[in-house]
Amino acid sequence: MSTPRKQVILGAYLGGVNHHTAWWHPDAGSQIDFGSFEHTARTAERGRFDFFFLAEGLALRERAGEIFDQDIIGRPDTFTVLASLAAVTENLGLAGTINATFNEPYELARRFASLDHLSGGRAAWNVVTSFDAFTGGNFRRGGFLDPAHRYVRAEETLNAVRALWDSWEADDLVADKESGRFLARPEAGAFAFHGAQFDISGRFTVPRSPQGRPVILQAGVSPQGRDFAAANADAIFSPYGGLPEAAEFYRDIKARAVAAGRAAEDIKILPSASFVLGDTEAEALEKYHTVRNEQVTGQTALILLEQIWNRDLSGYDPEGPVPDIDPDPDAAPIIQGRAFLHQDRFATVRRLREVAEAKKLTLREVVIDQFERGPLVGTPARVAEQIDTFVQDNGSDGFILGSHLVPWGLDEFVDKVVPLLQDRGILRAEYTGSTLRDNLGLRNAYSRADQAEVSSGLA
Amino acid sequence: MAPKIHLGVALDGAGRHPAAWREPNSRPAELFSPRYWTDLAVTAQRGLLDFLTVDDSLAVPGDRHAPADGALDRVRARIDAQLIAARLAPVTRHIGLVPTVTTTHTEPFHVSTSIATLDHTSRGRAGWQVRVSGTAEEAAHFGRRPLRELTTAELAEVRTTGTFPGFVHDRFDEAADAVEVVRRLWDSWEDDAEIRDVATRRFIDRAKLHRIDFEGRYFSVRGPSITPRPPQGQPVVTALAHAPLIYEFAARSADLVFITPTGEGSLAAILGQVAEAAAQVGRVGERLRVYADLEVFLDTAAATGPQRLARLDDAAGVEYFSDALVFAGSADELADLLIDWSGQGIDGFRLRPGVAIDDLTAIADDLVPILQHRGVFRTAYPDGSLRALLGLPTTVPNRYATA
Repeated sequence: MSTPRKQVILGAYLGGVNHHTAWWHPDAGSQIDFGSFEHTARTAERGRFDFFFLAEGLALRERAGEIFDQDIIGRPDTFTVLASLAAVTENLGLAGTINATFNEPYELARRFASLDHLSGGRAAWNVVTSFDAFTGGNFRRGGFLDPAHRYVRAEETLNAVRALWDSWEADDLVADKESGRFLARPEAGAFAFHGAQFDISGRFTVPRSPQGRPVILQAGVSPQGRDFAAANADAIFSPYGGLPEAAEFYRDIKARAVAAGRAAEDIKILPSASFVLGDTEAEALEKYHTVRNEQVTGQTALILLEQIWNRDLSGYDPEGPVPDIDPDPDAAPIIQGRAFLHQDRFATVRRLREVAEAKKLTLREVVIDQFERGPLVGTPARVAEQIDTFVQDNGSDGFILGSHLVPWGLDEFVDKVVPLLQDRGILRAEYTGSTLRDNLGLRNAYSRADQAEVSSGLA
Repeated sequence: MAPKIHLGVALDGAGRHPAAWREPNSRPAELFSPRYWTDLAVTAQRGLLDFLTVDDSLAVPGDRHAPADGALDRVRARIDAQLIAARLAPVTRHIGLVPTVTTTHTEPFHVSTSIATLDHTSRGRAGWQVRVSGTAEEAAHFGRRPLRELTTAELAEVRTTGTFPGFVHDRFDEAADAVEVVRRLWDSWEDDAEIRDVATRRFIDRAKLHRIDFEGRYFSVRGPSITPRPPQGQPVVTALAHAPLIYEFAARSADLVFITPTGEGSLAAILGQVAEAAAQVGRVGERLRVYADLEVFLDTAAATGPQRLARLDDAAGVEYFSDALVFAGSADELADLLIDWSGQGIDGFRLRPGVAIDDLTAIADDLVPILQHRGVFRTAYPDGSLRALLGLPTTVPNRYATA
């Protein structure tokens, strides 16, 4: 039996605006200084990771109309950080969440294609849309988008962006000094896209980039989100850290991709995970509990619950029972500026009460218990094994790893776990591809030239 | 001590001349690669220049007010200038990075965070050249609103009388609003807002964050920014201008204006118009800095400036035309001109290389040593920000600061 072992895809993210980062730790550094981003990206590259990932936030979070002051606040512009990181890394993919609601297709296509040029083919876009009128208060466009139409807008945005990316062929750029031909054809870059959301035409300024189409990432678990990802994305973020539900999600997404006319391996499935390492299992577990206890203060626990209840819970004792009142879904949102959406608040509340009852947990303890998904905790050998098993058993194609300690936290993983993954033959020792698409094992993106070859029977 | 000359450079693809890409040293296939831009930036920094600007627009480069033609022998492509500047930040140390970013179809919130972040990643070297996207072509790329352009008759009217139709005023009012929003967002965090107070678990002192609550004719923006105040407080805002309306825009919104005199007489006239514009808009506080743009074709070891220009014109098939004075000659002659004009009341120069690689190299390696020898140019970079390099105040009051 010599089935080749699946290679693990690894992404690294620098924790943004949330309670996961231990900013109060004496060794914690800046979350704004470029040095922090540079260190994390260089560390990820040293560990032969596939990409570095940045999340997005377009408005500061508020609670009951006041800016929230207890967690990390503030972040730099994603495109700018990624373009600067392109200068200090050589092989690492550079992935950013960019909102399709507050950017137009021409800008999105232009910025990502430019980033792809400036990084030699390492750009990736996590496509999101916003339906949040609160965030819209910062934009001339305004914010409101009917939640039901999010994927309609996302899909049309993506189609428009692809039309722009595909408006240049790789061989349109001749740049021949002797003949004086810079362009192969006068219509290079010409595009027209007419849809329900966008009616645009003209000339795209950016010649075809090294990846042709930068890598597309997507998140979402609703049936609509799954279908969208299966049809459009190169990778989807999985929210499942436990193997049975993760494997079910994995099967479902790959099946939907095949149904959409793609190959199962055309879409990669990546859960995000935190990690805590120790010299012994007991030490790692103790460290993990310490970190979680520090992350979820009483106040943080109440605020996380307020997002579910949509009520002011400040009168409740964090060390007491889960609040006995019902959620108030129809009130004005008490917490604003978070993307997290609770589909069924009443079901979530029921589950929290059941867990608290069964395990005899306080309000704060039940938050600690329920609000972490899939942490990798243990000795380096145990964590390497967990990763290997999860991926070989088709829970995912890899992980996106974040540390609670910015910017030095990833070093420990790269120093201690990465060599073990390499020993297991599931992580490259050296980069093999020249683009992110190559390194992810994705087929090259569509181009009209490919299409012509296919239709003329040459391929 | 003789007054020091301030010198920046304008980078635009292979150079300003339409045939620049065909010169022997030009690297036309690399115009979209990081190595090309890094090499140019390193050369400019070797020349101890104040800043480099990167030109941009939301249209394919070509002649303004002329439809995109089918010409195959022109560089009809470009990549995003702000991202080029971001890519250059970690590989340079001293030179200011001033990308062009348009105001017409963009979100001021994004412009604000992207320039602020460039200031963070370059450690205080960011600027912004504000540009209005006035063409119907650019509007069609966005499809959100039609924009009318100047008709031929209106353009002729502008050229003779210098007055613009109302819709052009509107476009610059919108740009002024965009700059105002960007500047307010830069101030929306006080410098010491991040407190990391472990005892109270407060990361931020929210009393030091401010809503900007901008309500204008064209859009409203709430704030505060998501990005902490940039290292310079206010990165340097610049604009290119050719007419009193635009001088007024610059006097309202910018720290520095690029002008295009074609000779000493025109220099004096423009300086008068800029002063009048500043008075007209009631500019207070720091004086608007005025830089003259000059197109340069310098002598090289292989050919004189005039010979190079003639060869380029020959390759392009047309005589070169520019909005600015076209200088073709030796570095010595250019040094004379710069020193002469410096005495006429301008603050500095932005040189536009006719051929990016050749003329930038000549600026750094021929012109700058001559200026240094004559005692009018720095011999080393001082420590500090772009504002410091330009002689702008480095302590910038925050409009929202309470204490």
